[in-house]
Amino acid sequence: MGFFDSHILTLMTFIPLLGGALILCVPKGKDDVIKGVAAVASFIPLLLAVRMFYIYDRTMAGVNAADQFQFVERYSWIPNINVEYFVGADGISVPMILLTALLSFLAVIGSFGIEKKIRGYMALFLLLETGMMGTFIALDFFLFYVFWEIMLLPMYFLIGVWGGPRKEYAAIKFFLYTLAGSVLMLIVMLALYFNTTDPATGKHTFSLIHYMNQATHNSWIKGFDVRILLWLGLFIGFAIKVPLFPFHTWLPDAHVEAPTAISVILAGVLLKMGTYGMMRISFPIFPDITVYFAVPMAILGIINIIYGALCAMAQSDLKKLVAYSSVSHMGFCLLGMAALTPLGMVGAAMQMFSHGLITAMLFFLVGVVYDRAHHRQIDGFGGLGVVVPIYTGYIAFAFFASLGLPGMSGFIAEQMVFLGSFPIFRTLVIIAALGIVFVAAFHLWALQRVFLGPLNPKYANLEEINKREMFCLTPLAILVLFVGVWPMTVVNLMSVSLVRLVDLVKAVI
Amino acid sequence: MLDNLASVGYFLPEFALTATILVLIVVRVATKDPQSVAFPFLSLVGIGLSILLASIVPAGEAKGTFEGMVAYDAFAVFFKVLTALAAVIVVFMSMDSREMEGRPQVEFYVFMLASLIGMFLLSASTDIVMLYLSFELVSIPSYLLAGYVKGKVQSTEAAMKYVVYGATASGSMIYGFSMLFGLTGSTQIGEIGKALATGNLPVVPLVLACVLVAAGFGYKIAAVPFHMWSPDVYEGAPTPATAFFSVAPKAAGFAVLIRFFYTVFAVSEPGSSVWRLSTEVDWTLLFAVLSAITMTVGNLVAIKQDNVKRLLAYSSIAHAGYMLMGFVLLTPAGIQAVLFYFVVYLFMNLGAFYVVLVVGNSCNGEDISDFRGLGTRAPFMAVSMAVFLFALTGIPPFSGFIGKLYLFAEVINRQIYWLVIIAALNSAVGLYYYARIVKSMFFDVPESTEAIAVPAIPRALLVLLVAPTLILGVYWEPVARIASNSIRMLAF
Repeated sequence: MGFFDSHILTLMTFIPLLGGALILCVPKGKDDVIKGVAAVASFIPLLLAVRMFYIYDRTMAGVNAADQFQFVERYSWIPNINVEYFVGADGISVPMILLTALLSFLAVIGSFGIEKKIRGYMALFLLLETGMMGTFIALDFFLFYVFWEIMLLPMYFLIGVWGGPRKEYAAIKFFLYTLAGSVLMLIVMLALYFNTTDPATGKHTFSLIHYMNQATHNSWIKGFDVRILLWLGLFIGFAIKVPLFPFHTWLPDAHVEAPTAISVILAGVLLKMGTYGMMRISFPIFPDITVYFAVPMAILGIINIIYGALCAMAQSDLKKLVAYSSVSHMGFCLLGMAALTPLGMVGAAMQMFSHGLITAMLFFLVGVVYDRAHHRQIDGFGGLGVVVPIYTGYIAFAFFASLGLPGMSGFIAEQMVFLGSFPIFRTLVIIAALGIVFVAAFHLWALQRVFLGPLNPKYANLEEINKREMFCLTPLAILVLFVGVWPMTVVNLMSVSLVRLVDLVKAVI
Repeated sequence: MLDNLASVGYFLPEFALTATILVLIVVRVATKDPQSVAFPFLSLVGIGLSILLASIVPAGEAKGTFEGMVAYDAFAVFFKVLTALAAVIVVFMSMDSREMEGRPQVEFYVFMLASLIGMFLLSASTDIVMLYLSFELVSIPSYLLAGYVKGKVQSTEAAMKYVVYGATASGSMIYGFSMLFGLTGSTQIGEIGKALATGNLPVVPLVLACVLVAAGFGYKIAAVPFHMWSPDVYEGAPTPATAFFSVAPKAAGFAVLIRFFYTVFAVSEPGSSVWRLSTEVDWTLLFAVLSAITMTVGNLVAIKQDNVKRLLAYSSIAHAGYMLMGFVLLTPAGIQAVLFYFVVYLFMNLGAFYVVLVVGNSCNGEDISDFRGLGTRAPFMAVSMAVFLFALTGIPPFSGFIGKLYLFAEVINRQIYWLVIIAALNSAVGLYYYARIVKSMFFDVPESTEAIAVPAIPRALLVLLVAPTLILGVYWEPVARIASNSIRMLAF
C-alpha cells in the first residue's frame, strides 16, 4: 500500500481541517475563493472515501480484533497516561465514513448560497467534518471522545449564527443536551481506563479493543451493578445523540433553526453517531448488559417509531415534519440492534446509511422551497406540482423513499430490521409494523397538502429548482435507488463485521 | 535545620522582589511622572529575575531553612513560578486600564510585589508562625489593591469587605494554630504531623483546630461557605487586580492547604491516601462535600449574573471546587492534578479577564450586553474570549478539558463516583453561563457595528494566552511531567 492508502483515514480527517485553516487566510472579499477552497477540501475526502470503498477488504471483520482492522495507524500521543492516536476502519465504520464524506461535500455545495460571513461558516463547517470523520475512525476512547466533543463547537456556532429566528435557543439547547450526555460518557471512559489493564504491558489503556476483551476487566468492573451503571452512562450519552425518546426534545429545535446544509449534516451524520457509538462501544464492551437491556432498547425503538411518526403528523412546519421523521426512522435502528441477530444488526446499519441519504435529500428539498417562499408552512402552499414539476418529482421521490417504498433503500433497511427482529420480539415488531402506517400517512398527507389540490395563486410564479440544487440531490437519489435495487454492495461492506459483533455479544448468553 | 546565615542562599527569589520594591520607591522619588512607564517595566524585570532565581535555585533543594521556617522544594518552586507568571501577565494588563486612568501609579506595583513575596513564602512555609505571617503578607497588600481606585464606591466597598472577611479568617486560623500548638507542643508542621501519628491526642480539640485552620485556607481559595467576599471584591476591584486575585492568592492558598494537610495528615508512604484521624472524622467525605458544594454554588449563582467580572468571580469559585476534588484524596496523583489544573487555569482565567479589561476600556462597561457583537467588531478578541470560555467550560480540544480530565481521573480511580457525577453535571451548568457571553459576542446584533481597534500589545498578549490554552489541549505531556515532579514536599 502506498502512502495515501496507508494514511487514508488520517488524510480524510485532517484535510478538511487544513482547508478550514486555509480559508481563514483568504483575504477579505474573495468569497469565491473561500467557496472553492471549501469545495476542494471536502471533495478530496470524498475521493479518498471512494478509493477506500474499492480497496477495503470485505472479508476482514475488525470489531474486537486489532489485527483485523484496516488502514490502521497507531502512534503514541500522550505516553504518561497511554493515550494513543489509534485509528482504523471496519465494517461498522466504513459505511459511515462514506456517508460523512459524501454528505459533507454535498453540504458544502449546498451552502454556496450563504451570504452572511461565508468565511466563518465554511471554516466551521470543515472543522465539523474533521470532528465527524474522527469520531468514526477513532479506536482509542480518548481520541473518540475528543473528536466527539470537537463537533459540538462548530455545530453550536453554525446553528447560533446562521440559524433561523430562534437560533440562540436551539443552539444552546443542542449544546447543553449533548454536553450533558458526553460528560457521562467521560466518566465511563475514565472508569474503564482505571479498571482495565492491557495484559501485554500491564498498563492502563484507552484502547477500545482492549476493553472488549473481558479478561482485561478487573474484579470491580465485573460487578453486575457497576456494569449496569456504566452501560447506562454510555447509553444516555448516545441516546441523546440518536435521539431516543425522552431525550429527543433538542432535535426539532436544532433542526428547524439550523441552516439547510447543517440540518442535512445533523440528521444525516450526527444522529448516526449515537447508534454507531452503541455498536462500537456499548455493545462489545458490555455484551452481558446489552443482552440484559435488549427488550427495553427494543421498546424505546418502538416508541421512537410511533411517537416520532405521530409527532410528524401533527406538525404544520415542513422542516419540523422532516425532523420528527428522523426520530421515527432512528427507532428502526434501535429495534434492529436490540434484536441481536445478524440480520437485525445489518438492517440497523443499513438504516443508518439509508436514512443518511434520504433525510439529506429531504432537508435539501425543504431548504429549496424555503429559499423561495421564505416559509415552510405545510398549509401555506397548495398545488405546487403544477408550478414546479421537477421539484415535485424530487420531493415525491424522497418522500416515497422515506416512507419505505420497495425499490428504494429505506424499504430494504426496514425490511431487514423487521425480518431480523421478528423472531425475537414478535409482538413488538407487529406494533412497529403498524407504525409504518403512520409513517406513510404523514408523508402522503404532507405531499398532498403541498403539491396537489388547487394552486395557491401566491406561488404561481415559484421558481423551479436550479442546477446547483439538483447537483446536490441527484447523487443522493441515484444512491437511494441503487441501494434499494442492489443492496448487496452495502451489505457486503459491513456484514462480516456485524456478524462478528453479534457473535461477540451473543457469546455471553 | 539550617541557620539563618546558611539559608540566605535559598532566599534569592524573595530578595529579588524585595530589591525591586525598594528600587521602585527610589525611582518614584526621583521621577516627576507619577505614571511613568518605568514602574511596570522595573516590576517585570524584578519578577522575571525572581522566576529565574526560583526555577534554577542555585543552592538546590533544602528543608528546614531559616531554622525550619520554610522549605525549598519542588512544590514551592512550582507555586512561586506560577504566581510570578500570573503577576507578569497582570503587570501587562495594568499598563492600559481605563479604571486606573491609564497606567497605575507606583503603589499598585509595590503592593502587588509585596503580596507576591507573601505568596512565595506561603507556598514554602513549614512552620505555623511563618505560615500565618506570610498569609497576612499576602492579604494586606491585596486589600489595598482592591481599594486602589479611590473615587469608586464599589472599589472602596470591596476593600472593606475584603478586610473584614480576611481578618475573621485569619483570626479563626490563628486560633486553630494556637490549639494545635497547645496539643502538640510544636509549631513545625512536620512535628505536628509526627505528634498526630502517635494517635494519643484528644480528638475533639484536634478536629476543632483543623476545622478552624481549614476555614482560614478556605477563605483564601474562596471555597463555599467562606466565599462571600469574593464576588463583591472581584466586581469592585480594578480588573487587573481582580485578575490577580482570581489566580495568584488562590494558588498560594491551595499550596498551603495542600502542604499543611498533606504533611500533617497524610501518611508519608507514597501512594497512600489515608487521612489520619479518619477513624473519628471522615475527612475525605468532609472535603468532598465541601468541594461539591463549592462548585455547585459557584456555578448556580453564576447563571444569574449579568456583570462579566462578577460572573467570572463565581466561576472561579466553581473552579476552586473542581480543584478541591484533587485535594480531597490527599494522594500524589490528586495533587498532581491540582497543580496541572493551575497551569491551565492561569492562562484561561487571566485570558478571560484580559478580554474583559480590553472590552471595558473600549465599551465603558463590563456587562454581558457590552460584549454584544464583539464577533464582528473585534473578531480576534471575540474568538480568543470564546477559546478561554470554552476552556473554562472544559471541552476538548482546549486545555481546560485536560485539567478536568486529570481531576476527574483521580477521583474516579478512588471510586468516589458521586463527586465526579456532580462535577460532570456542573460542567454542563458552566457551559450555560459561559455560552451566554459567547452568544452575546457572536449571535446578538450590536448597537454599533464600529470596529474596535485592538492595539498591538494587547493583541500579542492575547496570542500568548490563547496559544497555551490551545496547545495544552492537544499536547500536554511536558506540563503533566512538571506537575508530577513538583509534588515533592520536604517537610517531614
